Amino acid sequence: MIPLSWYLVLSALLFSIGLFGVLARRNAVAILLGIELMLNAVNINLASFWRYGNPAQMGGQVFAIVVFAVAAAEVAVGLALIISIYRRRKTVLAEEIDLMKW
Amino acid sequence: MDASQIIFGLTALLIIFSALRVVTTRNMVHAALWLIVTLLGVTVLYALLQANFLAVVQVVVYVGAIAILFIFAIMLTRREMRDGGPQLNKGWPLAALISLAVFGGLLALLYNAPVSERLAASLEGQDTLGALGQALVSPDAYVLPFEVASVLLLAALIGAVYVALNKKQESDK
Amino acid sequence: MNFWTDPVNVAAEWLKDVFIGWGMTDPYATALVYLLGAFLLVALVMLLDVFLVWVERKVVARFQDRIGPNRVGPFGLIQPFADIIKLIIKEDITPAGADKVVYNLAPVLSLASVLLLWAILPLSALVYGVDLNVAVLYLVAAGALGTLAVIMAGWSSNNKYALLGAFRTVAQMISFEIPMVVVLLIPTILTGSMSLKTIVERQDIWYVVLTPLGFVIFLISAIAELGRAPFDLNEAESEIVAGFHIEYSGMKFGLFYAGELLHAFTFGGFMAVLFFGGYRFFGLEQIHPLVAVLILMVKALLGYWVIMWIKYTVPRIRIDHMLALNWKFLTPLAFALLVVTAVMHRLLGGTQPWVYALGLFLSNVVLLLAALEILRASARRQRRQEEAVLSAVAETAGH
Repeated sequence: MIPLSWYLVLSALLFSIGLFGVLARRNAVAILLGIELMLNAVNINLASFWRYGNPAQMGGQVFAIVVFAVAAAEVAVGLALIISIYRRRKTVLAEEIDLMKW
Repeated sequence: MDASQIIFGLTALLIIFSALRVVTTRNMVHAALWLIVTLLGVTVLYALLQANFLAVVQVVVYVGAIAILFIFAIMLTRREMRDGGPQLNKGWPLAALISLAVFGGLLALLYNAPVSERLAASLEGQDTLGALGQALVSPDAYVLPFEVASVLLLAALIGAVYVALNKKQESDK
Repeated sequence: MNFWTDPVNVAAEWLKDVFIGWGMTDPYATALVYLLGAFLLVALVMLLDVFLVWVERKVVARFQDRIGPNRVGPFGLIQPFADIIKLIIKEDITPAGADKVVYNLAPVLSLASVLLLWAILPLSALVYGVDLNVAVLYLVAAGALGTLAVIMAGWSSNNKYALLGAFRTVAQMISFEIPMVVVLLIPTILTGSMSLKTIVERQDIWYVVLTPLGFVIFLISAIAELGRAPFDLNEAESEIVAGFHIEYSGMKFGLFYAGELLHAFTFGGFMAVLFFGGYRFFGLEQIHPLVAVLILMVKALLGYWVIMWIKYTVPRIRIDHMLALNWKFLTPLAFALLVVTAVMHRLLGGTQPWVYALGLFLSNVVLLLAALEILRASARRQRRQEEAVLSAVAETAGH
């Protein structure tokens, strides 16, 4: 049997790696990849709390599904924005998208 | 050490390794492919947790749609086929520090949490899939989040089409 | 439970006892038996695949008024082995600038995504890989891996035609996944379960009678998912040479080819399971589990034959027509069918079986007629507009 803590440690590690990706990558698409890692870490947590808490209460799985929906929406809009920016400014590097920076 | 622990260990190693490749590899398409490896690893974890529905939906939604969308977006936004230059920005040591701090903080929280060593109860004889379906649509459970998520998806659909088409319409004028 | 009534499970139990006798603990012995079972299933399926090459070549020959392979072995039965030897001794080319790992992984993943499907196909009441309670969604998930294999092949070949083929395939597969998922929900609603074994067991009336429209939509979207004619835009020879597998040679191409044939046959099997009663055939399946397997194989072969029939009869459709067919016709129709089926199932749930069957069948017919009427009206409107434009042009030209 796997103790709950294993899942939680793995999820924390995955979340941190995702966070590093979001903070350190230059490419805007890569930043979205990092966000996906973070969302997956959250989903591991939700699913394992469902399993190790009260499996008759479906809250954990339901929220994992909501996270799926949010991730899909986020990727669709995010990538559309990035493609739109690329068409206007010919770059996907986050530091070069600085028109609004003062 | 039983079989499920071995499977967990191997999967965890795979997830961590591929996640590190996602955030460090130079070639963006490779990063997206490594993300798919991570996602499949997470699928194995869902299967270990006996969350069958989540496991299958993970493959359908993440691998089948989101990852492929990423690959498309990467191909559409490349100036040349090869990626040159550093992929990490100048502040990456700071970012690494912050990530490690977050990981340390989460570990400290876990260390003090009372739930950590709990083992899972048996799911024998429980229809979790049916319960999940009921929970998603019954008014005293989660029908509202479910509907809000649907509206969000619709809004994202329309928004994505609008944002991506914007430029083309202008050039047509 | 003895060897005659249930050969597969008895053999598995016996093997497990042997392994325990060798000093293994129970869980490891079980895992090893499962592993061997999976290996055996894959081996048998691959053997079937070799045979399918012969079937495909013979059938296409008949459609084109030829005899087909007839030199090697009786009726050309050994021909596939000659093909394999040819493929193996061909030069194995990796194009310059290709991404080697991804390039070599793609054909394997392509075939694997098909082999994965056999894990959930209930061959008989006692012979099946696993009885998943989300099997219907698993079918879609394995298809997603196939899409991934195609885009990996297209990208890693470093060839513009390959990339174009991959883009077309992905657009097609992702689009046709939607009506397919919706139609897959119809047997789920009628049965009240997503487990394929339960779907077969409760299918006292074949679902093709209860939802003929659902079957037709499933057939069309399955052919699109397979990328076979008339939906073979991903490898349209006259437009993009061979699409995503243009750079593959030798056995790597062979894996794609084998994957495609096996995919078609597997979808024949799923059509049989979802709409034609699976391994059941008027009580014949109770004679012996292997008879049930044979029944399913015959039904799958018939489904495969229908897919081939369509492939070698219908010309390729244009890409905008393909997308319009999906988004403007199949998807709305599938959603309407889902709603109608759910309502009719609820209303007629407690009545006589024949009332139930007739009600569902008639609702399908009415829905189809309504859809065709809407199509006809919109086509007429479009034609009138075009005629108006044409006559206006003719008038101005006349002045």
